[in-house]
Amino acid sequence: MSGSGLREAASGSPLAALFRRELRVGRRIGGGAALGVMFFLILVTLVPFGVGPDLNTLSRIGPAILWIAALLATLLGLDRLFAGDRDDGSLDLLLMSRTPAELTVLAKCVAHWLLTGLPLVAASPLFGLMLGMDGRALLQATASLAAGTPALTMLGAIGAALTVGLRKGGLLMAVLILPLCVPVLIFGVSAATAGLGNPVPFLTPFLVECALSLAAVAGAPFAAAAALRAMND
Amino acid sequence: MQERLPAPLPSSDQPSRGSRPAEAVPLLAAEELSVERAGRLVLSRLSFTLRPGEVLLVTGRNGAGKSTLIRTLAGLLQPTAGGIRFGLADAETRGVETVHYLGYEDALKPSLTVAENLDFWASMLGGAAERGLPVPEALAAFGIARLVDLRAGYLSAGQKRRVALARLLTVPRPVWLLDEPLIALDSEAQGVLTALMAKHAAQGGAILVASHQPLALPHARIDLAERHAPAPLPEEA
Repeated sequence: MSGSGLREAASGSPLAALFRRELRVGRRIGGGAALGVMFFLILVTLVPFGVGPDLNTLSRIGPAILWIAALLATLLGLDRLFAGDRDDGSLDLLLMSRTPAELTVLAKCVAHWLLTGLPLVAASPLFGLMLGMDGRALLQATASLAAGTPALTMLGAIGAALTVGLRKGGLLMAVLILPLCVPVLIFGVSAATAGLGNPVPFLTPFLVECALSLAAVAGAPFAAAAALRAMND
Repeated sequence: MQERLPAPLPSSDQPSRGSRPAEAVPLLAAEELSVERAGRLVLSRLSFTLRPGEVLLVTGRNGAGKSTLIRTLAGLLQPTAGGIRFGLADAETRGVETVHYLGYEDALKPSLTVAENLDFWASMLGGAAERGLPVPEALAAFGIARLVDLRAGYLSAGQKRRVALARLLTVPRPVWLLDEPLIALDSEAQGVLTALMAKHAAQGGAILVASHQPLALPHARIDLAERHAPAPLPEEA
């Protein structure tokens, strides 16, 4: 009785309901995860056409390519994070609800990362292989992406909230947010290339990367929620 | 103007109102409310109260500020001056949590079914404890129970409107703020909605409706266009 009551409360809680709705909508619209991974794949395969098929060069710049591709693929899907809810009137009701807007933002970001960020991380060893990266580089690149992509999603949410009322907000959002992603990129690539022609130990940039993600998860919801309240009129 | 009954509501046809003290706490009160949009004063010094059982119709030509008023009352726009009081707000409950807001959008995700949409809003707005009618019954009230498993993207405008209105029944909230609720509804659905509004008022709820169409139930009325022509902002010192 208490068990089922507890389950009822958990499944009926506003945040759980929002989380489930985001996952459902994300899965049903436009292929969701598959599309982001396709974009990631295309970016990665374009690079050898640009820099030439020299495997030594490719394996040296491979981690940086993976990171830049992941950054762009993450931002690509993020501009619709709040715009869809604004277009159909849901955003008004979400802001009026008892759940604080900060938690609403966080729930949407977690669902978005699970649908887009996590598949990128999962696909990155395979795509790294295509760039001629060796085992250690693959492992480090995947670990640094797993630690760093949450920060990208959270930073992107601020941009998505700031541009929520604009018809063509995607480009402006990228211009606003890409500079903020520079530290994440620097430490991410640094961790991915550690010990491979890069004298720093792996752990130092990796821990900084984790710290950046944690700080973004803690701080970005407040900034994004404030932006949503200000821009939703 | 064709109004069934003049404001304020006569107590003779609503016996439940007789037992209530004449000065019941207003569920919603606007005090000298002024709202500015894009540097233009849309509402200036508007005051009214909405007590349990009252229905207030807001009329006015396009651009008179009906939607602005409703969005301000729903907490989505900040008033430039004046205040809004919610009778049932306390330390635990923000005022807008006692309010249902129906805007001109229906807040439905096209990729989710009708049931998924309504279940979500029932959980999001009501939580686990505060539940009104179960979703199938709320849909049945608007005659669209058969649409329950259809994706909202396939619905007609009128059907979407009915689903959005069914949302009001899935979570009990004392104050309804309805922006053009009759739009896209056929005459049958308009009758259903009018009856449900009368029932909500009779149960002690309060409703503020912005509409261009006459309302077939006892109501008070504010005409925003008659109240004031939009004035330019006073010069800032």
